[in-house]
This record gives sequence, C-alpha cells and structure tokens, in this order.
Amino acid sequence: MRKAMLLAKRNAKEILRDPLNLFFGLGFPLVLLGLLTAIQSNVPKELFTLDQLAPGITVFGLAFMSLFSATLISKDRTSALLLRLYTTPLRPVDYILGYTLPMVPIALAQTAITLVFGLILGLTWTPRLLLCVLVNLPASLIFIALGLLCGSLLTDKQVGGVCGALLTNLTGWFAGIWFDVALVGGVFAAIAKALPFYHAVELAKAAYAGTLGSALAHLWVVLAWAVGLSVAAVWAFLRQMRKN
Amino acid sequence: MNAIEIKGLTKRYGDLTAVNSLDLTVRQGELFALLGVNGAGKTTTIKMLSCLTRPDGGDALLLGKSVIREAEEVKKLLAVSPQETAVAPKLTVRENLELMAGISGAGKEESKRRIDALSGQLGLEEVLIRPAGKLSGGWQRRLSIAMALILEPKILFLDEPTLGLDVLARSALWEVIRGLKGELTMILTTHYMEEAEELSDRIGVMGAGQLLQVGTAAELKAATGTDTLEKAFIALAKEAAK
Repeated sequence: MRKAMLLAKRNAKEILRDPLNLFFGLGFPLVLLGLLTAIQSNVPKELFTLDQLAPGITVFGLAFMSLFSATLISKDRTSALLLRLYTTPLRPVDYILGYTLPMVPIALAQTAITLVFGLILGLTWTPRLLLCVLVNLPASLIFIALGLLCGSLLTDKQVGGVCGALLTNLTGWFAGIWFDVALVGGVFAAIAKALPFYHAVELAKAAYAGTLGSALAHLWVVLAWAVGLSVAAVWAFLRQMRKN
Repeated sequence: MNAIEIKGLTKRYGDLTAVNSLDLTVRQGELFALLGVNGAGKTTTIKMLSCLTRPDGGDALLLGKSVIREAEEVKKLLAVSPQETAVAPKLTVRENLELMAGISGAGKEESKRRIDALSGQLGLEEVLIRPAGKLSGGWQRRLSIAMALILEPKILFLDEPTLGLDVLARSALWEVIRGLKGELTMILTTHYMEEAEELSDRIGVMGAGQLLQVGTAAELKAATGTDTLEKAFIALAKEAAK
C-alpha cells in the first residue's frame, strides 16, 4: 500500500502542477456556471436556475477527470516511465491504486469548489450540498475508470480526441444539464437514459433538492456503470501491462 | 561469479522468432555491450532479462535467480534505464529520485542518503530542485540513469543511453558510465560503435535473434579481418542477413 501511495502522490503532483489541467478542470466549469447564471439574470424565463444548474455542472466537470487521468497514463506509457516501473517490484494493484486514488479527492474537491462558487452566485446554502458532493462519488468513479481505460488503450493524441472532445460532448449533451432531455424525447432521450451521465446529474440535483429517496433508481444505474467500467479499465490496464 | 547466465533463451511472436536459443554469460562487474541492427533481438533479450517479457524457451539466471521462476526476486536485483528518458516531467529531479527510492523500499532517511550520494556522483546537485521536464536532453539522460541507480541494483540495463545527445552531453554521460564500471554489472545496447568500443569490456553482436559473435572489440576485428569495430559489425550483420 505504501508503494501505491507513493505513485498516487506522484500522479497527483503531475496533474495539479499542470496549469492547463487547473484551467479546464476547475476553471472551465466555474466559467460555465458564471456565464449561464449571467444569461439567466437577463432573461425573464427560468432557463438556468442555480439549484438545477450547479449540481449538473459538478457532473460535467467530472468529465475532465477522465482527460487528466488518461493523458497522464498514456504519456507515462509513451515516455517509458511505466516501462521503467514495470521492472521494479511494484505489483499490478499498486499501479491501479496509484492511478485511481489521487483522482478521487481531486474530483470531490472540484465538485465542492463548483458548489462554493454557486453559493457566491446566489445558490442557497443547505447541508444537503455536502450530500451533493458525496453522491458525486460513484459518478467520479465512472470518469476515473474511463480515464484508466482510455489511458491504457489509446495514445496521448487519441486521448485528447476521445476524452477531451468526445466524452465532454457526450456528457454535455446527454446529461440534461442545460435542458431537459425529455423535451427532446425520442431516440435522444433513450440514449441519454442509457448512458450514466443523465442519471448522475439527476442524482446530484436530487441530493441538493432533498429528494434523494425517490432518486435511488438513478444511483443503481450510476453504480452499475461505475462497477462495469472499473472492471473494463482494470482489464485494459493489465492487458497493456502484459503486452509490455 | 557470473552475474548473468543465459541458456537457450527463446522468444517467438507468432511465426517470428525474435530471439533464438540464446546462450551467453556475463561476469560480475563487467560492462557488456549488445550490438545489432534493428530487429536483431536486442530489445527482446533485454525485456526477457528484465522480466518484462516471459521467454518461450530456455531460461536466464541473474545472480542465480531465474527470470521465469523468481521474477519478483530478479526485479530486486536489476534496474533499467530505458531508451526514452522515462522521467516524471512535472516532478523535480529530487522528487523523481525520491519516488524511485521509495518504490525500492527505502525510507525517508535512506532516500535522502541515496540522493545525496548519487547527486554527488552524477553531478546532479545543481538541478535537484528543477522540474525534470524542463531539463536538457543530456540532463534528462543523466537523471534517467540516476533513477535506475537509486534502486541500488546489482545489474543495470542501459538501453541506448546517449541516443540523440550532442557530443558534449554524450562525453559527459560516458564519464558517468565509466565511473560505474566495476561497481555493478552493466548491459549496454547501442547503435554507436565508438560508444561500445569506448565503454565495454566485451561486445556481443546479435543478428536474426542469435548471438553472432562475442568478444572484445579487438577480438571481433580480428575474427572478421577488419580494422574497425564498425567494419567488423557490418561484416557480421551482412553474414547473418544472408
């Protein structure tokens, strides 16, 4: 466990010392929240209310965890740092924990920072905001697992396209953050409900609204995706490890 | 005592036999250079010896430990400085060294002792607090070797350590490698003939997955009737390609 923590500490430093990571991971969700709140203040109709928008944007922000994690792993593969580490007595579990553990506090801190910014913009304080951070944990695991999966399978250039563009767009469009997916309906709504992002957002909104009891169905979907993707990610990582 | 004893080491990838029944012995404290054209089997051999790839046949003993049956034990004896610089770019030089020392099981005090000693030996003091990613190619190579040495290995694999370096940086790194001679066993792969001749005690030339010739640079030249190592290498490589 000590060796896994050493690798985890290194990985956290690599991510947090990258100014681009800080801008996109922490800054971009805040910019979005501020921008949409400003738009709302200038239109008479309720489009982007903070109590709906802030919990939703916390989930959108988590998509950047995949990008950070996948970029780090794929770069460690291409720079041969991982190859060097594979010749040391580190065990497979040390790598898995080393690459996933540091992402959890970063993801939860990002959620908390987004919500604090929401409070500054006028979001009503309630202890349920803490619950909102907590229910983002399984959603964080989804994005962290996607990072491990993509980092194990793709090159760093491919990671930029898949995690940076595709995943953030999928999350942005199908999560129901900016609009109700039911309003679009049809195939769009069906895809949104088949993917985990919509359920993660509904869960975060319910946690803030105090209606978590009636949103448990969303929790099971998110947990199922988290478990499935984690298994796939561990398999992909171990596979590329053997291939080396 | 022999540091490395290779017997019938074989690796196949589908129909391709990358390494074909390799036999080789390397003495303790020896610097052994492995030469070969691309695809000769050098990298696959190094990967098998460093437990990255499992052999399909034969075995190799590193200080008496089998790479097949005792891979975990073998990993405690060796370190690799890969062809790529393989450093953590956002970490400082000191943090890179601390990471590797910690992975080898060293505590805080022991890590500090090793870093102090290595910094002096490799002249890293002036860059200890700089991020590794901001260093020049020469310094990154030096750090790469330091990250291998901090594991306190008995056997060190240097995979093209001076690839892409300018003359001055290469010369400085040669000094570092010369300084390590005798302390530990080193296996060096390189495409630079002068590097092999300058640094190694013996040279092995590989071709088509087999060891074509082993000896000192002088012995290789004599065996091929040539006056330079490069000509000797070309003669052997062409013979293997027939």
